[in-house]
Amino acid sequence: MEVSHPSTQPAPGSSLKRLVGPAGDNRRTGDSPIRHLHTPLSVDDVESLRAGDRVLISGVIYAARDSAHKRLVELLDRGEELPVDLKGQVIYYVGPTPARPGRVTGAAGPTTSGRMDPYTPRLIAATGLKGMIGKGFRSPEVKKALVDHKAVYFAAVGGAGALIARCIKKAEIVAYPELGPEALRALEVEDLPVTVINDCYGGDLYTEALARYSIKEVP
Amino acid sequence: MTRIITCDEITRAVADLCRQANYYLGEDVRGALEGALAREVSPQGKDVLNQLLENAAIAAAEEVPICQDTGVAVVFLELGQEVQVQGGYLYDAINAGVRQGYTEGYLRKSMVYPPLDGRNTGDNTPAIIHTEIVPGDKLTITVAPKGGGSENMSAAVMLAPAAGIRGVKEFVLETVKKAGPNPCPPLIVGVGIGGNFEKCALLAKKALLRPLGEPHPLEGIATLERDLLESINCLGIGPGGFGGRMTALAVHVEIFARHIASLPVAVNIQCHAARHKSITL
Repeated sequence: MEVSHPSTQPAPGSSLKRLVGPAGDNRRTGDSPIRHLHTPLSVDDVESLRAGDRVLISGVIYAARDSAHKRLVELLDRGEELPVDLKGQVIYYVGPTPARPGRVTGAAGPTTSGRMDPYTPRLIAATGLKGMIGKGFRSPEVKKALVDHKAVYFAAVGGAGALIARCIKKAEIVAYPELGPEALRALEVEDLPVTVINDCYGGDLYTEALARYSIKEVP
Repeated sequence: MTRIITCDEITRAVADLCRQANYYLGEDVRGALEGALAREVSPQGKDVLNQLLENAAIAAAEEVPICQDTGVAVVFLELGQEVQVQGGYLYDAINAGVRQGYTEGYLRKSMVYPPLDGRNTGDNTPAIIHTEIVPGDKLTITVAPKGGGSENMSAAVMLAPAAGIRGVKEFVLETVKKAGPNPCPPLIVGVGIGGNFEKCALLAKKALLRPLGEPHPLEGIATLERDLLESINCLGIGPGGFGGRMTALAVHVEIFARHIASLPVAVNIQCHAARHKSITL
């Protein structure tokens, strides 16, 4: 069975500028074309994204969740070098299930991003991290860091672990193997489907979604 | 007449249920997701529901877990009082089954001990086991893996009885609203009303085991379930939190008698990966 992305039509680089509209444009209705991005992300890439955009990400991303974040920030606190250079990179908050023999990975859907909030502003400011993929709310501090340092927060579909696993072509533990599902991994992904939640202009899809779809109940 | 069930049988059954529950989404949930897709108005919400249906199909075909969070192994036992368990201690047999199922089934191990800054126990034990002694000579085992994302958004409150049905509704809605996109909507919302502090939480969890959308047998409670579902689906959170109507697939309420002074209410939030499988030995 094929992974059904809503569209696999590549958005040519030359048309990127055309897609960039002012905040609040019709791309937020969910009918927007699918964007293709390749990691590492440039400042131009980040600036071209708006809350609500659907994006297919390809390239290497780093899998790291709670304990790995704690360790990375401890290294920063001690002024030591991180095991990976995060400049322009994207971190995916994921703790995959073990791979069956011969498989690249097990199920690999996003975990709740809010638990990484205490570490994220520091990582963005200190390393030049440009993107994160997870699910759920971010703190005001994280949203401010996205604006201040031009970075972006994407959500993948929570629970879609088997489907997302199909986008992962290679997985390699690059640090902290003893953390098991929480080890720091490099994942090579192809067309990983995500949606922009928080852009670098303060846009927030979750807030906008409530404004658009909530109904006042008739008493 | 006593019936003998061996620990080996129990271990094998639990191991199998752990795998089955994690790979195969129940037909009731699948049907509810399809129903939600037909009713959803938001394009992004539809997109999410399509991905979830496809995800369930891939998981079943490849025996990959539906969700990477294969959860705490919550085990419900209905133990007939005429059953005698032989060959060891019942709870050891259950934990051996969880160990075997999670290890051999390539399921994620998520249990950490001690709870404050501890280490992964490496085999997803201990299970959380709830035992009910029932009449008869059978043992029914239900394994319900429960992920952290949805469990974290659950809540309990001790209301004053004066708060009444209005207080209950407000608390349920407030809990779902506060959870927003975090627990992977569309949700199944389990509500426990009455009992005491710990009883209402267990009622809320047990409510999640009821076949999806099957109403409570009491008309008043069934009406409350319908009203709550309608209110939740007016919130606008939608599938994935990307906006839409289908924030919840169902609300299930379970009730118990309460003390004259208390109105305990618990809300156990279940994500769309509503996994549970049962067997009767």
